[in-house]
Amino acid sequence: MEQTATIQNTETQKGEPMLQVRQLVKRFGGLTAVNKVDLDVYPGEVVGLVGDNAAGKSTLIKCISGVYQPEEGEIYFEGRRVHFSRPIEARDAHIETIYQDLALAGNLNVGANIFMGREIKKHYLGGLVRILDEALMLKESQKLLERLKINIPDFTQEIEVLSGGQRQAVAIARAVYWQARLMIMDEPTNNLGVVEQRQVLTLVRELREQGVPVILISHTLPDVFAVTDRIVVLHRGRKVTEKKTSETDSQEIVQYMVGALDDSRES
Amino acid sequence: MSQITAQKASDGAASHLPWYRRLFRVQEFGILLVLIAMILIFSVMTDGRFLTPVNIQNILLNFSWTAIAAFGATMVIITAGIDLSAGSVMALTGLATAMMLSRDHSPFLGPNGEASVPLVIIAIVVGLAIGALCGSINGILITKARLPPFIATLGMMQIARGITYGWAQGWPVQNLPQNFMVLGRHNIPVGTFNLPFPSLLMLLLAVMAWLFLTRTVWGYHIFAVGGNIQAARLSGINTSRVRIMVYTLAGLLAGAGGILLSARLGVAAPTAAQGYELDVIAAVVVGGTSTVGGEGSILGTVIGAAIMGALRTGLNLVGVQAYWLPAAQGAIIIGAITLDQWFRRRQGQRGGLSRLFRRRSA
Repeated sequence: MEQTATIQNTETQKGEPMLQVRQLVKRFGGLTAVNKVDLDVYPGEVVGLVGDNAAGKSTLIKCISGVYQPEEGEIYFEGRRVHFSRPIEARDAHIETIYQDLALAGNLNVGANIFMGREIKKHYLGGLVRILDEALMLKESQKLLERLKINIPDFTQEIEVLSGGQRQAVAIARAVYWQARLMIMDEPTNNLGVVEQRQVLTLVRELREQGVPVILISHTLPDVFAVTDRIVVLHRGRKVTEKKTSETDSQEIVQYMVGALDDSRES
Repeated sequence: MSQITAQKASDGAASHLPWYRRLFRVQEFGILLVLIAMILIFSVMTDGRFLTPVNIQNILLNFSWTAIAAFGATMVIITAGIDLSAGSVMALTGLATAMMLSRDHSPFLGPNGEASVPLVIIAIVVGLAIGALCGSINGILITKARLPPFIATLGMMQIARGITYGWAQGWPVQNLPQNFMVLGRHNIPVGTFNLPFPSLLMLLLAVMAWLFLTRTVWGYHIFAVGGNIQAARLSGINTSRVRIMVYTLAGLLAGAGGILLSARLGVAAPTAAQGYELDVIAAVVVGGTSTVGGEGSILGTVIGAAIMGALRTGLNLVGVQAYWLPAAQGAIIIGAITLDQWFRRRQGQRGGLSRLFRRRSA
C-alpha cells in the first residue's frame, strides 16, 4: 500500500499528453450524450471543461473515471490505452475524481472517508480475517491534513457536521493522498462561500505547480478563467471549440456554450 | 498547500468531554433507560416476581430468536434497506430442518428411527443454507433486478411462506428427535443461573455481529453504503456485493432463529413465526438504528429486542390479557423512538451519540 502522501512529479515528457481521449462516444438509449469528442491534457495543465446543462461534461469525465463505459473511441493515459470498467480501476491508475456533492459519506468520519474503498487492514489467519486498522488510518489522515494545512478541528467527526469548504478540502486531500496523477473536479466550487471558493482555486493552482494536471468542470466562468490554461467547450455532446484561456474571453466562450459559435461545423 | 479552513465545526468533539458526559451522548443510552424503567415498573407491579431467575430466563429465551434474526436486519437497515421476509424465512428453515429429522417425514429415518447427531448437524446446515439462499435471492433481486428492497422482500415473504405451507401440506411437523430439541431446551448453568442455550447463542452471535460491523472492512462498507451509496460506489466499493452479502446474512441469521424456534417448540408449524418480521424490525428500530441508513448498532438491537421481550412477559405477569399485547407493543415502539429522538436533539448532532459503540471514532 502506498502511504507516502507526496504528489509525484510525472515522468511523462512535457510534450506528451498525459491523457488522450479520441473520438469518444457515449449513448444512453437514443440519446448521444458524448459525440466523438477528442481531449488532450498535458502535464501541469489545468483544462476547463465548460458547457450548458446536458452538454455532456459530466458524462465525458465519468467515461474517463470508469463510471461509464464508452461505446466508441479510445482513452490513453500516460501513453497506454486504458479501459476502466469500474471506478476503482481508474483510481488504481491514479486518476482521482472529485464529484460534486456525492464524493463523501456523511455518516463516516474524515479518516474513514479518505480511506473509503481502500481501507488499511491488518490481516490475520492468512488473510482470512481482515481487521481495520482504524488508528493508523486516523494517524495518516491527521498527517495529511496538517501537511495540506487543512484545518479541521476534529477529524474523528462525521463529514456531515463539517462545512462545505471543509468537505471539499477533505475530498481534495483524499485525491492527494492517493497520489493523483490526473485530477478531475466536477463543480468543486459549487455551494461554497466566496472565501472557500478562492481557497479551492488556490489548491487547484498548487496541484498544477506540482505537475498534476487538472480537468475542471465549472459553470462559473470567472473561476474557469482564473485558473485554467485551456478551455474546452461542449455543446450537445460535441466539442465545439478549444481555446487557450489567454486568447479568449468569457463573452466568446458563452457564445460557444449556447451554440451560436461552433468550430466543428465550420471545419 | 493552501489553507482551507472554515468556521469551527459546530459543537466540537465529544472527546473533549469528561467520561460521564460522553456516556450521555451514547446512542443506546436513551433506550437503555427505557429498558431499565420497564424492568423497575414491572418489578414493583409484580412484587419482585418479574426479577426472579426463572422469569429472567424466560424473558431471555423469549427474545433470543427475534434478536438473532434482528442482527441481520440491523445490517440490512443500516444499508437503508428493509427485510420483510425474516418471519417466513424462519418458518421455512425451521420446517426444512424438521422435515429431515422428524420420524413422520424424514426420508432418512424409519417410523421409529431416531436421528443421529451427524444427521442433526446436516439438517441444521441445510436449513441455514436455505435461509442464506432466500436472503441472497433478495439481495440479487435488489441489486441486479433493481427492485426496491420493500418489494423484493415482500415477494420473498409470500414465496417462502407459500413453500412452507405447501411443503408441510398445512400440517405441523412433529416428532422431532431429542438431540435436536435439546438445542432449544437445554440450559447452561452460569453460577446459580441457568442460561438457556438459545440465549447463549444469541449473545455469542451478538458479539460476532458487533465485531463484524465495527472492526472489519465489510462492516465499514455496510456503513459507507448506508451513508452515501453513490460515494461508496465511486470510491470503488462494490456496493452490489455488499448489499447481497447483507441480505444473505439476514437470511442466514433468520434461518438460525427459525431452527432454534422449532427446536424449542419441538414442532415446525407452517404458521410459525408469522408476523415475526415486524417484531424483528421493531427490535432494530427501537434499538436506535436509523431507517434512512448509515447509522445503527448491534448493542442497540439487543436492547431493543430485550425491551420487546420484557414487555411481553411483564404484561403477562401483571395479568393483562394477551389480546392487548400488540397495542402495548405499538405504543412502546412509538414511545421509545420518540424518546430516542428527543435525546438526540438534546445531545446535538447525531454523530456524537454513538462514539462508544460504533466504528467511527478511534
